[in-house]
Amino acid sequence: MAADSGKRTPQRGARQASQPWRQQFDSWLAHHRKVARDSNQRLWRAPVASLLTWLVIGVALALPAAMLVLLGSLQGVSAGWENAARVTVYLEETVTESRARELQQRLATQAGVSGVEFIHREQALAEFREASGLGEALDYLNDNPLPHTLLVTPQDGQRSAEAIDALVANIDGLADVARVQVDLGWLQRLNVLAELLGRAAWVLALMLAAAVVLVIGNTIRLAIENRRDEILVARLVGGTDAFVRRPFLYTGVWYGLGGGIVAFLLLQISAWWLSGPIDRLAALYRSNFSLSGLSMEGTLVLLLVAVALGWLGAWLAVKRHLDAIEPE
Amino acid sequence: MIEFQQVSKRYDSDHTALRNVNFLLKRGELAFLTGHSGAGKSTLLKLIMLMERPTAGRVIVGGQELNRMPRRQIPYIRRHIGVVFQNHQLLFDRTVFDNVAMPLEVTGVPSGDIGRRVRAALDKVGLLSKEKMNPMQLSGGEQQRVGIARAVVNKPPVLLADEPTGNLDPALSADIMHLFQQFSQVGVTVLIASHDIALIRHMGRRMLTLNQGLLTDGDAMPTGEVLYGG
Repeated sequence: MAADSGKRTPQRGARQASQPWRQQFDSWLAHHRKVARDSNQRLWRAPVASLLTWLVIGVALALPAAMLVLLGSLQGVSAGWENAARVTVYLEETVTESRARELQQRLATQAGVSGVEFIHREQALAEFREASGLGEALDYLNDNPLPHTLLVTPQDGQRSAEAIDALVANIDGLADVARVQVDLGWLQRLNVLAELLGRAAWVLALMLAAAVVLVIGNTIRLAIENRRDEILVARLVGGTDAFVRRPFLYTGVWYGLGGGIVAFLLLQISAWWLSGPIDRLAALYRSNFSLSGLSMEGTLVLLLVAVALGWLGAWLAVKRHLDAIEPE
Repeated sequence: MIEFQQVSKRYDSDHTALRNVNFLLKRGELAFLTGHSGAGKSTLLKLIMLMERPTAGRVIVGGQELNRMPRRQIPYIRRHIGVVFQNHQLLFDRTVFDNVAMPLEVTGVPSGDIGRRVRAALDKVGLLSKEKMNPMQLSGGEQQRVGIARAVVNKPPVLLADEPTGNLDPALSADIMHLFQQFSQVGVTVLIASHDIALIRHMGRRMLTLNQGLLTDGDAMPTGEVLYGG
């Protein structure tokens, strides 16, 4: 009070500057804590409205996150199956067994090849008879339509699509080879599909991120309108722009964090709900595929992204609407 | 403390709010600003608060020329100016204490000091016992005193009041004026916009009269001489 202090200095600015910076920093930090707490409590005072906003943000974040998680799982599958990739080399029908054995030896010494298995045409026919169930029908054939076959297993480091393509081209050029088949076609299709899905997920993620920013921006705009009087008074008593913006930026952060938590719960529940049928399906395909939920890392990234989007939405709203509120 | 040098303020081509206004208020001086509604009182106060900028001339507060003040400096100037509004501008979503504490929070005063200084300010206006109440529960005179406590809580060298007694009865108005007088006695420069001529005459202080944007400077005579005919 001016009246009860004898040593009042007319220029407060000078006195403030002499305050130790440590004390200034502490009170700044205390104010941040207070504003963070206040803006959080404000959200809980209107639980239904806040919950709805959190749900909207949560759903918008859960969709692209789910797609990315699914992609991660798919890539695990193709990585697993690439290991099993083998090149099947069908020889000309005229090739004799001894020439086939000779070719087996030659292929085994090629770079990038770890092993070559020889399958005799009779053995192949027997296997086919068993697997196809055409046993009786096959007896009507005059002679064995199947050629001798070589199964080439690439070396560990040579299982990329390019390396296998090169190997195939190499073998295809050899004499006595009728046809080379790689069971990678479907794998490549899966890879292309995964890439497509990945890009779609990113497009979706970008659009939904924009939606989250807009939703939060609009919510913050309403909050600014509701607290117009407070903003005016804060400006009149010398509140800086940063001071006036702070509660709204924290509100945005809380919206983002809440939405992130909702998205995390949605993802975990969905993963749990789907995991039973997916494991059975994978077992039918003899695949090691399993739908993994979010990892620790993924959860952290999800929450960070959610908070960043919340802050961004609030910042845009504040920039657009708050700076326009000036006392008149 | 407050100095106007040939200040004019024109809103658009045909409306001139202030014409070539000159005056100087010293430290600890208390003056009244009077005139019709629309004579430019609010404009003059807004120029000091940096809510408006003059079209011509210089406004100097506390030795600082406000004309060249960049926008981001405005909050720091306002921290040295306490303002009391006719409609008191209190916030009804928080207690009396929190209302008065706002100017201190803005400047980053440690929370321990805030409690002490808010209570000192409330004690000064006689509302210490009501710090936990909502301003809505208070009478008009009490609300105005909360507004005054908020205006002086960070000990500004300048105190402005825009029709501070506009809604109050004469006894309450006299109380409020007595408070302002006390502030000026400890060195606060006080400028009160009012058209309560009877009260102003009773105080017998310096009176700045605005008439269609022109300023007349003089002492309010306790006699019945008509200086201002509304």
